[in-house]
Amino acid sequence: MIQAILVFNNHGKPRLVRFYQRFPEEIQQQIVRETFHLVLKRDDNICNFLEGGSLIGGSDYKLIYRHYATLYFVFCVDSSESELGILDLIQVFVETLDKCFENVCELDLIFHMDKVHYILQEVVMGGMVLETNMNEIVAQMEAQNRLEKSEGGLSAAPARAVSAVKNMNLPEIPRNINIGDLNIKVPNLSQFV
Amino acid sequence: MVPSLKLHDFMEEIRGAKTQAQEREVIQKECAHIRASFRDGDPLQRHRQLTKLLYVHMLGYPAHFGQMECLKLIASPRFIDKRVGYLGAMLLLDERHDAHLLITNSIKNDLSQGIQPVQGLALCTLSTMGSAEMCRDLATEVEKLLLQPGPYVRKKAILTAVHMVRKAPELSDIFLPLCAKLLHEHHHGILLGTITLIMELCERSPAALRHFRKVVPKLVQILRTLVTTGYSTEHSISGISDPFLQVQILRLLRILGRNHEKSSETMNDLLAQVATNTDTSRNAGSAVLFETVLTIMDIHSAAGLRVLAVNILGRFLLNSDKNIRYVALTSLLKLVKSDHSAVQRHRPTVVECLRESDASLSRRALELSLALVNSSNVRSMTQELQAFLESCPPDLRADCASGILLAAERFAPTKRWHIDTILHVLTTAGTYVRDDAVANLTQLIGGAQELHAYSVHRLYHALAEDISQQPLVQVATWCIGEYGDFLLENCEETEPLQVEEEEVMALLEKVLQSHMSLPATRGYALTALMKLSTRIQGDTDRIRQVVSIYGSCLDVELQQRAVEYNVLFQKYDHMRAAILEKMPLVEHGGPQTDEEAKESRDDTAPVPTEPQTSKLLDLLNLLDDTSGDTQQPPSLNPSPEGALVHLLDLPCAPPPPAPIPNLKVFEREGVQLNLSFTRPPGTPALLLITVTTTNSSEDEVTHFICQAAVPKSVQLQLEAPSGNTVPAQDGPPITQLFRILNPNKAPLRLKLRLTYNHFGQSVQEIFEVNNLPVKTWQ
Repeated sequence: MIQAILVFNNHGKPRLVRFYQRFPEEIQQQIVRETFHLVLKRDDNICNFLEGGSLIGGSDYKLIYRHYATLYFVFCVDSSESELGILDLIQVFVETLDKCFENVCELDLIFHMDKVHYILQEVVMGGMVLETNMNEIVAQMEAQNRLEKSEGGLSAAPARAVSAVKNMNLPEIPRNINIGDLNIKVPNLSQFV
Repeated sequence: MVPSLKLHDFMEEIRGAKTQAQEREVIQKECAHIRASFRDGDPLQRHRQLTKLLYVHMLGYPAHFGQMECLKLIASPRFIDKRVGYLGAMLLLDERHDAHLLITNSIKNDLSQGIQPVQGLALCTLSTMGSAEMCRDLATEVEKLLLQPGPYVRKKAILTAVHMVRKAPELSDIFLPLCAKLLHEHHHGILLGTITLIMELCERSPAALRHFRKVVPKLVQILRTLVTTGYSTEHSISGISDPFLQVQILRLLRILGRNHEKSSETMNDLLAQVATNTDTSRNAGSAVLFETVLTIMDIHSAAGLRVLAVNILGRFLLNSDKNIRYVALTSLLKLVKSDHSAVQRHRPTVVECLRESDASLSRRALELSLALVNSSNVRSMTQELQAFLESCPPDLRADCASGILLAAERFAPTKRWHIDTILHVLTTAGTYVRDDAVANLTQLIGGAQELHAYSVHRLYHALAEDISQQPLVQVATWCIGEYGDFLLENCEETEPLQVEEEEVMALLEKVLQSHMSLPATRGYALTALMKLSTRIQGDTDRIRQVVSIYGSCLDVELQQRAVEYNVLFQKYDHMRAAILEKMPLVEHGGPQTDEEAKESRDDTAPVPTEPQTSKLLDLLNLLDDTSGDTQQPPSLNPSPEGALVHLLDLPCAPPPPAPIPNLKVFEREGVQLNLSFTRPPGTPALLLITVTTTNSSEDEVTHFICQAAVPKSVQLQLEAPSGNTVPAQDGPPITQLFRILNPNKAPLRLKLRLTYNHFGQSVQEIFEVNNLPVKTWQ
């Protein structure tokens, strides 16, 4: 089971914090700080596994992390997860972010924190791996974004439009236009009123 | 009033803040706005406010006032509101807040009537923060969703079921019957979830495990399809089709095949196929291969397959990728107990890994190396481990040192080698060894008579070089004191360097005066100096001088010793040689020798807990050959001269305590309960009560159970009764032993509860025993 997913930058500022086990707020922040210090000490050419810090559980827990440019992606897992599998999972998550945001960078994570959470929710749910097919995840996200746009942008607009038309004051249209000898019958336009 | 910021601008401002204080100011201002907006702002904008609040929460600022807003947003019909509301619920709410139960209703509505994305959100929230009651309330809804066609919601429902089973185990009955059918689906997300669910159910109940053994053929078929299908873009990662699903299947096969011949046989071929055909050039393939190896080792597989598995691990140890080597070491550690000889073959590679600069890898290698030490390789392994000890990072030193000492204790080929090894560990990592290392070493040296000379020479030279490592100094000073005469002679085994008396005394004085020495160490040094006074040929003026100087030392313990030794020089000089002669062999665990062991232990507490005069008393006891406890009666006069006199006059052990009379506590229709008391002399806080139940009536007593309770400050331990039936007409009684620990000497009360069957009726009696004799607790 995945205990926590943390993303922070090279200075330790959190960019995504998701816990799947309940901890009080101060402990959560402490865990983020402690994890950052542990991970910062690691060189780039040594293995991606760290025995966990003392706060997030006992000897059963490991930190599996990957360093991408300015961001650290850290998954805290217990012994029931395959370590190499989690490394691949981090890669899947990052690639999905890349597809959804088009060349994702740290700024995307900062300004669209909620969207990152929604994407993560499609990959990992309740601490367990849900879906690893990138195309499916991306398709879902696009569908949800469309749904959001369709109701968010116009919000109550369709209802308003209908009532606006109903209240329109169209001037009375003459039924018969008499221009000399010609007799043009104007069709009944009442259905448009 | 400054208007509320848009999300984007808000974040820009936070990033622009140069100091922590500035950031806090910006956030506090905005939080005030958010609070105001929650109270009476535009409901359509509520989701934006909550998003800002969640961002602030991630940075570590308080956000609890947003909890009720989450509920309102979840109840709103718009998707955009629900999305943020559910996210807020997952991040801000949890079981400990009462508010969390309020969303149960919203979740229920969304699960039954919502569109697919909304159902997905509700399931996600439930699986993250659902409490046991919520899970029970919503179980039927989730079950319904498991059975409906769309795969998106189904896969989420399955994982939610896993969470529900964890929180409320009785719900497994609902989900268990559906699993076998779900395995026939094709969607990978559903399969992945189902396998996770089956694993959870199997781990909880052996009955479920037996039930699911019948799906082994199906699992084998799914895995085979995955392995043999060609490249498919859908789920493949670096050319392996859905490695996540493969790994999960292998894990489940491991659980199902463990200890079960038939299932293991079904999987053997497939495991062999996966083991040989998986491409391991990329991480995904290695992950699958590792799981395969672990599964092979855990089930009843063919011998050839096991050998193949261990060889695969050995090959991975040589891989250049550090992650692979780490996982290989971890897996070998899991196997070392069951397949020791197979893992031994890879020992050289493991030892290589000790030299890694990577801390995680070297830690794993250390654990594995320690597990691989046996009597045949102990010398070479210890050499490697000692080399590692010198260069390893500080957090591994303690483990390494205790590991080497343990291995040496178990497999030492000769005593001399053992002493050498411990000496080496003490000089290299003295501050990291455990407390009993000093005791062990002194005992070891004491026992190896032929090596006394050798040990004392080596220890002397080690001490002369470095007096900072306390355990080493303690052992060395003890040895120099005990075997000082050997030190002054020549020893063939070490360099023939003549050691002068003056040098030895100078060294001991140096230890005494050094600010690096702990108080206990200085005590050792002073006593060693004293012992030397009988071992050396020259005069003892120098020693007398030192002893009298320390008679006014500020440390009370040292002062007491010094004054006593002074008296030994003056008034009792004729007894000095006898008092200070060599100690007999210390045995592990004897009551008398426990005192010795306590004193030679690395004692960081400056005031020892045993009485001040006990060390001298030990020597006298050895002399007088009295056995029994060395505890002083508390009435002893603490002044040193008087104490010495009293000790010399000490006639015998204190008289045994008078026996405590028996007590009858219960009588009913011929059934009687009697208590008899014993207080063993060695442990004053312990009281043993034997409860005897007799039956003089005409009907037997059956199903007799006696339970007891004592006041809080007292500890009670009930031993198993001799039986629970007393035959009629004074048949053999039931006896039961109660152990009572009463260190505070609190007045003892005992409450007893009896249940038994007698004359066809079930009897229950509860009563308190108040008239316990005073001697039971004083």
